[in-house]
Amino acid sequence: MTSNKLEAARIRELEAIHGQSDTRDVLARATSQAQAAYDDYFVVDIDAHVSEDHFWGEVIELIDNDYLRDLGMTQLKGFGGNNALLNIAPGLSHQSVGGRIGHQGRREPVEGVEGHPFVIAAQRGMDAMGLDYQIVFPSAMLLLGMHPQDEVEVALAGAFNRWMVERILPMDRRLKGLLYLPYNTPEACEALVEKYAGADDIIGFTVCSTRNNAIHSDVYMRLYAMIEETGKPLAFHSGYHWGDPSFAQLNRFLSMHALSFTHYNQIHVTNWLINAMPERFPKLKMLWVESGLAWIPFLMQRLDHEVLMRPSEAPGMKRLPSEYMQEMWYTSQPLERTNMELLEATMKVMKAETQLLYSSDWPHWDWDPPSTITSLPFLSDQAKRNILGLNAARLFNLDTTPLKPKADQVLAGRPGRS
Amino acid sequence: MSADSRDIAIGAYDELKERERIVLDIDGVSIGVYFIAGEIRAWHNVCPHLGGPVCQGKIVPRTLQGVDEATRKSRGLQLSQDEKMLVCPWHGFEFDILNGRHAIDDRHRLKAVPVRVEAGQVVVTL
Ligand code: FES
Repeated sequence: MTSNKLEAARIRELEAIHGQSDTRDVLARATSQAQAAYDDYFVVDIDAHVSEDHFWGEVIELIDNDYLRDLGMTQLKGFGGNNALLNIAPGLSHQSVGGRIGHQGRREPVEGVEGHPFVIAAQRGMDAMGLDYQIVFPSAMLLLGMHPQDEVEVALAGAFNRWMVERILPMDRRLKGLLYLPYNTPEACEALVEKYAGADDIIGFTVCSTRNNAIHSDVYMRLYAMIEETGKPLAFHSGYHWGDPSFAQLNRFLSMHALSFTHYNQIHVTNWLINAMPERFPKLKMLWVESGLAWIPFLMQRLDHEVLMRPSEAPGMKRLPSEYMQEMWYTSQPLERTNMELLEATMKVMKAETQLLYSSDWPHWDWDPPSTITSLPFLSDQAKRNILGLNAARLFNLDTTPLKPKADQVLAGRPGRS
Repeated sequence: MSADSRDIAIGAYDELKERERIVLDIDGVSIGVYFIAGEIRAWHNVCPHLGGPVCQGKIVPRTLQGVDEATRKSRGLQLSQDEKMLVCPWHGFEFDILNGRHAIDDRHRLKAVPVRVEAGQVVVTL
C-alpha cells in the first residue's frame, strides 16, 4: 500500500545513553514524571551515593596518620589506583551487568562547569528527580567493615568524614550527610560522634551493615548512649560480601546481591530486638537502609513466632518483635514491586505511612526514581507525601520549605534528550 | 490505524539501515527504529518497567544458558550469534529487538510503532 500523503513533522535525533551521559539526560524521564505527578511534593532522598573512588586522592590526602596517608598515596599512584587501601574486589564488581547499565560507576561530564564534580553531578540528579534534599553515602567504603585492618577503617572514616563535612556538604544546602562510624573500633566511633555531633550538615550516623560485629555487644553501649543523646538517628546501611562462606555458594552476582543485602540487616535487627535494645535505648531512632521491604514481614513473623515459644531467651522484651519493628524506620529502595498485593500487605504491616522513607540509591544500578512511590495504586496522596519526604523531615528534623526548582524549569534548561 | 494517525517519513532506507538504530523525537513522541538482520522494527521509547528511555540503551547479544543435551550439564553462559537485545539504560530490563519481549517474562513488552519502507523511505505511523 502506498500512502497518499506523508506528513511533515519536527524530527530530532536522540543520543544513546551511556556512562558518560549528562545526568540530566539520563534522568529526563524522571523530570517528566515529577512534572506530571509530584512537582509540589517535598521530597527527600535518604540514600544516594558518592562514587568516592573518583575523588579518592582528595580523601586519602586527609588521612591523619602519616604512615597510612603515605601508603595510600603510593597505592593511588600505583596498582591500587582509585581503590587504594580499600578491600573491594574490582574483578567481582558486576553491578553494571557487563556495562549494560551505564550509570553504575558513571563519570559526569563537567568540563567548563565551575564547582566540585561530585556536587555538580549531585545537583543535576537532585534537580532531575525533583528532590529537595539528598543524603549522600559512600560506595566503595560500604565494605570496609570486612577490612582485615581495623586501623585502615578508622583512618578512612576520619578522612571521609572530614572530606564530606569540610569540602562537600557546605557547597549545597540540599546535600546532607550521615557520619561514617568505623564500627570495628568503638572508641574511634565515640571520638567521631563527639567531634561531629553538632555539625549542621551531619543529620545522623551510619554503620555499614556488612560486617560480623554483634551489635548488642557491650562495647557499643557508650556509643549508643552518645548517639541517643544527640537525638539524631542511627542508620545501618546494608551491603554485600561475596566472600562470606554462605554467599560463596552462589555463582551469580544477582543471587548473592539479592540475598546478602537483606541478610546483614536481618542479623542486626534480630540481635537488636532479642537483646532488648529498644528497651535499653528507648529514644535511639534506628533506620535500616537499602534492604528493600520484602524481608520485613518475613522477619516480623519469624521472630514473633519464636519469641512466643522461647520467652526465656528474650526476657528483656516487653512486646512482640514486630511491634518494635513497627517503630523503626526503613528506606524504600530497592522496592520490590512485582506483586502489588504483597507490597500493599507489607506496607500495611510495617506502618509505611509513618515509618518508610524514600531512597533512590542513585547512581547505583538498581536505583529507584520517586515514581516508584507515586505510581503505587494503593497509597493515599498523604501516604505518598509522607514516604517521599515528610517522614524524613520528622525523623531528621528538616525544614519542609521547598528547595528544588520546578520540573518545568529543569526541562526548559535542558529539553528533551530522552 | 486510527483516524487521526499519520505517516511520517524519517529518512532513506539505504542510509538508515547502515546505522542499526536511530532514536527520534517526532513532535514530542519518542521512538526507536532498528534495522536488524534485514528486518525493521520501531518501538516506543518508554520502558514498561518504570518509563525509562529504553530505546536509548545498549544493543547486546542475548545471553544463553548453555546446557549439554545428553548430560544436562551446564556449558556456562554464552552469547547468541544472532539474537539481539535492547537493554533499558535505567535498570537493565532486556527486550528482544525483533519481538519486543522481555528476555524472561514476556508479559513485559515494548509497544510497537508501525513501520515500513515506501518508495525508498522509512515511514512510521504515529
Ligand atoms: S525503566 Fe526500564 S528497566 Fe526500569
